[in-house]
Amino acid sequence: MKIEAKNVHVYYGSDHVLKGVTLSIKKNTVTALIGPSGCGKSTFLRCFNRMNDLIENARVEGEIQIEGVDIYHPKINVNELRKTVGMVFQKPNPFPKSIFENVAYGLRVNGVKDNALIEEKVESSLRGAALWDEVKDKLKKSALALSGGQQQRLCIARALAVEPSVLLMDEPASALDPISSTKIEELIYSLKANYTILIVTHNMQQASRTSDKTAFFYMGDLVEYDDTRTLFTNPKKERTQNYITGRFG
Amino acid sequence: MKLRETIIEKLLLACSLLTIFTTVGIIGVLIFETIGFFKEVSLIEFLTDTEWTPLFSNKRFGILPLLTGTLLTTLIATVVAVPLGLTIAVYLSEYSHKTVRNLVKPMLEVLAAVPTVVYGYFALVFVTPMFQKIIPSLAGFNALSPGIVMGIMILPLVSSLSEDALYAVPKSLREGSFALGATKFQTSWKVIVPSAFSGISVSIILAISRAIGETMIVAIAAGQQPRLTFDPTVPIETMTTYIVQVSLGDVPHDSVEYRTIFAVGMTLFVVTLLLNNISFWLKKKFQKHHR
Repeated sequence: MKIEAKNVHVYYGSDHVLKGVTLSIKKNTVTALIGPSGCGKSTFLRCFNRMNDLIENARVEGEIQIEGVDIYHPKINVNELRKTVGMVFQKPNPFPKSIFENVAYGLRVNGVKDNALIEEKVESSLRGAALWDEVKDKLKKSALALSGGQQQRLCIARALAVEPSVLLMDEPASALDPISSTKIEELIYSLKANYTILIVTHNMQQASRTSDKTAFFYMGDLVEYDDTRTLFTNPKKERTQNYITGRFG
Repeated sequence: MKLRETIIEKLLLACSLLTIFTTVGIIGVLIFETIGFFKEVSLIEFLTDTEWTPLFSNKRFGILPLLTGTLLTTLIATVVAVPLGLTIAVYLSEYSHKTVRNLVKPMLEVLAAVPTVVYGYFALVFVTPMFQKIIPSLAGFNALSPGIVMGIMILPLVSSLSEDALYAVPKSLREGSFALGATKFQTSWKVIVPSAFSGISVSIILAISRAIGETMIVAIAAGQQPRLTFDPTVPIETMTTYIVQVSLGDVPHDSVEYRTIFAVGMTLFVVTLLLNNISFWLKKKFQKHHR
């Protein structure tokens, strides 16, 4: 087992947004987290790189282990953790720097000084994110001049550059047009070979196309967790059935 | 009812026109008297002569000593205000708790409300004697202490406006940086400050133009000796101080000595106008950037 979440609770002040979620994820798989807005899926995703730490009044209880390491242990260095667990956000958020510097940023802040190594990593990350051919002639140009879809792939490249083993994606294609969205999906599929991916999505088709396992959340509870095919064709719970057939949510 | 609305409307229009006419009037007088001045003194002498002695019998009309006086005090003020102001802004925006921020920010802004005459005497009777203990050769009037005190005066301009700019940087950029394992320090200085660059520049330029136009502090503590120097320990004279000196003196109207203050005023006006335009342009760029 690669990732293990045991009885995870999250509170925002007095709001109990995640109510005891237990789930284990295998290495090099894609897991989709689905459910209606406010069901806690994004909150759950943000537990794995401790992004919830940034929110005032947020409190996480329970245990999360990645490769046997308890990531909420007091001795854990959060910056080190976030290098191992990369994240791609809903809206593309490139830094107002050049394309090259966006990808190099993660390396630089982690103390990499060797320019040849940085150049090599930038290229391989951009290739990994299927963006190299489109930007190789304008690496010095501002990242903000790229299209939304390209910006999102740049953000993926940026995350890949620090060589994480887990990749968290919070609705990575929801702000993009259908063509860019398809490209991101293809990318997720190809990244599976090297990364363990967790993806939050509102798009059922996307979840069924890209993921191996799917977890359905409702009102802070994990309702059902199963192989994607099983969950979409033969759900065990009525609530899952209602959600995936579009009766609510 | 209709009539009342019309009257109110016209009244409001008159008020706004009044401010425009005042501005136009000031600029008009400035231009008119400046032209009068340049009929007697050549522009080349004004811009290149290294001495400014219009009140002596051997009259010289080189603006450079006054310009360097202003430049020197402004430079010192900037060196004090920018690093300090920016550090405060980063602390308030990125590190401090909300309650600290809401407490410290208004307190800093109080610094801008202190009458400048108080700052002037503070520079003259407190800061200068203090520095004289360290630098014995420091003259009683000098550019150093009013420069530093002026830096404190413009500090809230830099810190407050920069903080606004930093605070306006989208949260998603902070998250993006933290998600890559960056520390708070790295995120602040490598992502947030560069992202807020234009807003920070605006705050710095406004602070500089405020320092250039500042009169009371330099008039009290910097001296009245126009000299072409970048030595901060000796008495100098800024453009604003010169205008005060002549305005308060008994120079006859309609003389070239009298018109010098308009020429100097014009120079001051052009410099600050230029700076304000740059900041306006940067601000527009900044707003476009964040849309």
